[in-house]
Amino acid sequence: MLEHVINGLVLGGTYALVAMGLTIQYGIARIMNLSFGDTIIAACFATYVLFSSFAISPVLALLILVPAGYAFSLVIYRVIMRPLVARAPDEGALEVDSILVTFGLLFVIQGVLLIFFGGGYTSYSFLNTPVNVLGTVVAGNRLLAVVLSLLIGLALIVILYRTRWGMILRAVALSPQNAPLFGIDTDRAARTAFAIGGAMAATVGVVVSMFQTFTATAGVVFTMKALIVVILGGKGSVLGAVVAGLLLGLVETFVAAYIDPGLTLAAVYGVFLLLLLVRPNGIFGKA
Amino acid sequence: MKHSIAEAARAARRLTTCATAAVLAVMVGTSGLEAQERDKVTIGYAVSKSGPNAGGADMTVTPNYELWVEEVNAAGGLKLPDGSQLPIEVIAYDDRSSAEEVVRAVERLATQDEVDFILPPWGTGFNLAVAPLMAKFGYPHLAGAAVTDKASDFVKRWDSSFWFMGGSADYVNALTEILIAEREAGRINDKIAMISVADGFGIDLVKAARPSFEGAGFDVSYDKTFPPGTSDFATILNEADNSGADSFVAFSYPPHTFGLTKQAKVASYNPPVFYLGVGAGFPVYPKIAGGSVEGVMSLGGIDPDNELNAAYRAKHEDVVGRAPDYWGSVLIYASLQMLGQAVERVGLDKAAVAGELSTGTFSTVLGAETRLENNQLRAINWVGQWQDGQFVAVSAQGGDGMAAVKLPKPGWE
Repeated sequence: MLEHVINGLVLGGTYALVAMGLTIQYGIARIMNLSFGDTIIAACFATYVLFSSFAISPVLALLILVPAGYAFSLVIYRVIMRPLVARAPDEGALEVDSILVTFGLLFVIQGVLLIFFGGGYTSYSFLNTPVNVLGTVVAGNRLLAVVLSLLIGLALIVILYRTRWGMILRAVALSPQNAPLFGIDTDRAARTAFAIGGAMAATVGVVVSMFQTFTATAGVVFTMKALIVVILGGKGSVLGAVVAGLLLGLVETFVAAYIDPGLTLAAVYGVFLLLLLVRPNGIFGKA
Repeated sequence: MKHSIAEAARAARRLTTCATAAVLAVMVGTSGLEAQERDKVTIGYAVSKSGPNAGGADMTVTPNYELWVEEVNAAGGLKLPDGSQLPIEVIAYDDRSSAEEVVRAVERLATQDEVDFILPPWGTGFNLAVAPLMAKFGYPHLAGAAVTDKASDFVKRWDSSFWFMGGSADYVNALTEILIAEREAGRINDKIAMISVADGFGIDLVKAARPSFEGAGFDVSYDKTFPPGTSDFATILNEADNSGADSFVAFSYPPHTFGLTKQAKVASYNPPVFYLGVGAGFPVYPKIAGGSVEGVMSLGGIDPDNELNAAYRAKHEDVVGRAPDYWGSVLIYASLQMLGQAVERVGLDKAAVAGELSTGTFSTVLGAETRLENNQLRAINWVGQWQDGQFVAVSAQGGDGMAAVKLPKPGWE
């Protein structure tokens, strides 16, 4: 029993990590970033290149790729998203426009990766060492993902709810039209939020590449999983993403252990449907 | 066209210097002109360059197409019965891992591009999807990366289809034989833990495996399928371990194969028989696993003492930049060699090439006398095992180009 709880939390930690960046981009910058998963994959490949060609440990790669992810997303926002935000008459229009644009961006990133790395499977071994957690042996790299996701989640929550800067971000998330009345630079807040999301995607890419096999075209898998977690947790809610991610991990593990591994997917979507029926805006979503 | 007419005119002018030769030229004129009109052979294919199938296609199929075309063109082109040679021109499409797209692309290759030959896509399902079209347009269909037990039925339905990778029952029965021998030697118990991916390959193999294992008196004590998107195998391996089975069998795709290996190492799960699906025969497998994979079993395998195969592997590494896998690659390459030799013997007529493939004997990387039985290649290595850094073909006792299987599998480190 305890082993399943631990395995479930370990799996869910990865889901939470994947979803947090997307929920911030969606919740604050109002951009439904469909290329999120491909940004993750790009970071996976970058980590792989740094590790296999330059012998740079993936943990050190975090120090390089997280700022790189931040910078990349900042540039994307300034060049591609800003004109959309400027011309969108309302939030709905921005959401639709951003979905279309990031859908295109998805293929651009994918195409570039295909040219450089081809369509083959990539994987390597790092920190694949057994760690004993309360009697259950888990992989070191997966444990790292959980620890990182809890730390980052905690840090984001503290920043969002305990700092002035976080309050500005929340104000923009809550009411982008009224925030400027209080002297808030909404454009800057949205830009920062989008870039933080990019940095999160890079973090996920580095960590996930340690234990998961990836291909240049696998980004959509991450985007789908992240979307489920984000919608389940309530859009824009970091706490929601963490809770929903862990919940899905636990559901998958328990179903695999006690019912049938073949039903994990069905169970995930079952929970998804049920929760949306009860709480249409997600666990921590606001109406 | 213009070019070839000018060429013909020039050739004719040269011939007029001799009156008799001129008469001769007129006599053979019609057929001669036809041959001269053609300055290349076009070969088309649609494979998955993007989408979920890209990984498999990029490992087993596309590199061999490229290698073969490059080799043939470097040697002056495809040889024809009259001794002349024509370079190959390739028309390649990306089917984006979509069955509709692959059908559309093959139709386009046949009707618009009017290529001379069409090479098959990657995957059992995709090969079945294009098989009726290939037959309709009369193209020989050299189904390479397709595992099916129904090949004999398909040959009846489409007599220009050829199947190069055997069927699920072949692979499973070869494994069962090894397991029976191990059980008799007292090295394993009669329990098997088996998992399979709920997708084409896994479904086919597990369907063949259940009756095969049970017929041999094994008790499949853990038998579960998992969705293709599964990336975490901690719970599954835990349960497999708890089932008390000495043999672990997984019919998995590469991402699962790699994930299972990593998780087995972390959990120190080391059953005497550890058999995995696609991916365990990739040359990068030991590196991905991060260390020793000694004793891990899977489909395929090579004879390390076979010089033809060694030469092929060296060439593949040289031209493509990486080694071929230890299962399907060599079969695909052999099918292309057979196509080339069939053209050399009977020319570019599609029906004649299909007939020659059916009945001829070819010298390929698999051996000097490769031939098909009922349009199917049977000289396939069914079970392989990692032994001393090589993925070698094995059988219970060894012999006949195969090594003896070494069980129980040693520890992970």
